[in-house]
Amino acid sequence: MKAFTYQRASSPAEAAKLVARTPNARFIAGGTNLLDLMKLEIETPAALVDVNGLGFDKIEPTSDGGLRVGALVRNTDLAADARVRKDYAVLSRALLAGASTQLRNKATTSGNLLQRTRCPYFYDTAQKCNKRQPGSGCAAIGGFTRHHAVVGTSEACIAVHPSDMAIAMRVLDAEVETIKADGSMRSIPIADFHRLPGNTPHIETALEPGELILSVKLPKPLGGVHAYRKVRDRASYAFALVSVATVILPDGSGRVAVGGVAHKPWRVEAAEQQMAQGAKAVSERLMAGARTTEDNAFKVALVHRTLAEAMAAAKKG
Amino acid sequence: MNEFSDVKLTRRDLLIAGAVSVSTAAIPGANAQPAANQAEAGNPDPVTTGVSFTVNGKPVTLQLDTRTTLLDALREHLHLTGSKKGCDQGQCGACTIIMDGRRINSCLSLAVMHDGAEITTIEGLGTPDKLHPMQAAFIKHDGYQCGYCTPGQICASVSVLEEIRQGIPSHVTGDITAKPLLSVEEIRERMSGNICRCGAYSNIIDAIKEVGGVKA
Repeated sequence: MKAFTYQRASSPAEAAKLVARTPNARFIAGGTNLLDLMKLEIETPAALVDVNGLGFDKIEPTSDGGLRVGALVRNTDLAADARVRKDYAVLSRALLAGASTQLRNKATTSGNLLQRTRCPYFYDTAQKCNKRQPGSGCAAIGGFTRHHAVVGTSEACIAVHPSDMAIAMRVLDAEVETIKADGSMRSIPIADFHRLPGNTPHIETALEPGELILSVKLPKPLGGVHAYRKVRDRASYAFALVSVATVILPDGSGRVAVGGVAHKPWRVEAAEQQMAQGAKAVSERLMAGARTTEDNAFKVALVHRTLAEAMAAAKKG
Repeated sequence: MNEFSDVKLTRRDLLIAGAVSVSTAAIPGANAQPAANQAEAGNPDPVTTGVSFTVNGKPVTLQLDTRTTLLDALREHLHLTGSKKGCDQGQCGACTIIMDGRRINSCLSLAVMHDGAEITTIEGLGTPDKLHPMQAAFIKHDGYQCGYCTPGQICASVSVLEEIRQGIPSHVTGDITAKPLLSVEEIRERMSGNICRCGAYSNIIDAIKEVGGVKA
């Protein structure tokens, strides 16, 4: 691991300013992903700004009937919150489907959103990777691609976003609230927060340099039947091959977001208009234009079958 | 072998002696690469920072290279070698310790981030004379073979029962709004972050069941 300076931030504004003006500086919260990448020298920050002392560890009601989740709320606490379990069950389920309890106890809400892909070619510094080293090429294309993206890919990158939590936040239309280095604040819809790879797969989110996540806002509860179905190679503690987050209302309408298939949480609102026609129609629209390989073509069928199962279960109530 | 019969060396002592001889042999190689090369390669000088926390009830203050993980601080600086380094990337659970009442992977955390924390390692759960009930149950049920993952397994097991008591749900909890049950299915899911390459899983589950009071 490269040497780095370490500083505990005293306020969010100060933290944002510090990271923006210090060359090669990074925030650290839980550190469960960043530290792993630093050991492998995939991440090589010269300065770490520790934001753990800043508060932002509460879940509070908003004026419009939703919840504001502090950036530093640990994944365990978010999943276990009684209001989240009751009104945003898809979010609790998604969190509990990810990682292990040891990791969820440390991992934060903001860090979970910002975690980086587990593409093995990104992790292997002997391989070409446009995300790790822009312009170097992509060893995953033409390589082993069982876990890779099938929609929204580019010639530069076929990595998937590994988060379960973010898939649920996408189906709930959450908003990411931030403070910038100049002290101004903004709210970014989760749909616009993560980017598709395009020609710049190393730029993964809409955040500007030094911009710090303060909280994630959940809109007022949608009601309906919430589910998060994750299909993986082991029964526990593995990343998704495919995951499907659904909120299905009593009239049969609903929302669907899919994980394990793209560089960002994958949701196509137009596909949700097909709910009455059944899972096949919805998944065909969702996965339209999929570019698959022999290794990962199964993902298209798996999205359809997983969604069909979720819709059938919701009907039963 | 007879001439050694009066030398009381444990297997652990032998392993330590072995490790020392290996590192001695490695020193000439290390000397061949002067520290200056590191700076030339663009590696900045190490930075140290002070940190104070409580380990197994005892307050400690350390001056550490900022890169030191909590696991390395415990093992290499405080010589609490119960917590083990397996994968060093949060996949195996051998480094599991309990911090402020919650189990974490100590390998994926920087020591300097835990100023003021209360840390419990396997050494703080029980002693050879006064075992923690979970330690006693692991012995009774043979919840290990080589023992390398055992400190992490035991810290995790103690935490699993506490988490269920606190009502924290898991992936296999049926009704997510209800209090989770103390069942084998729940224990298995909650222990999935601790790998045992010897495959002592069924005996580990038996040990946890006994301490948790799960019938059958």
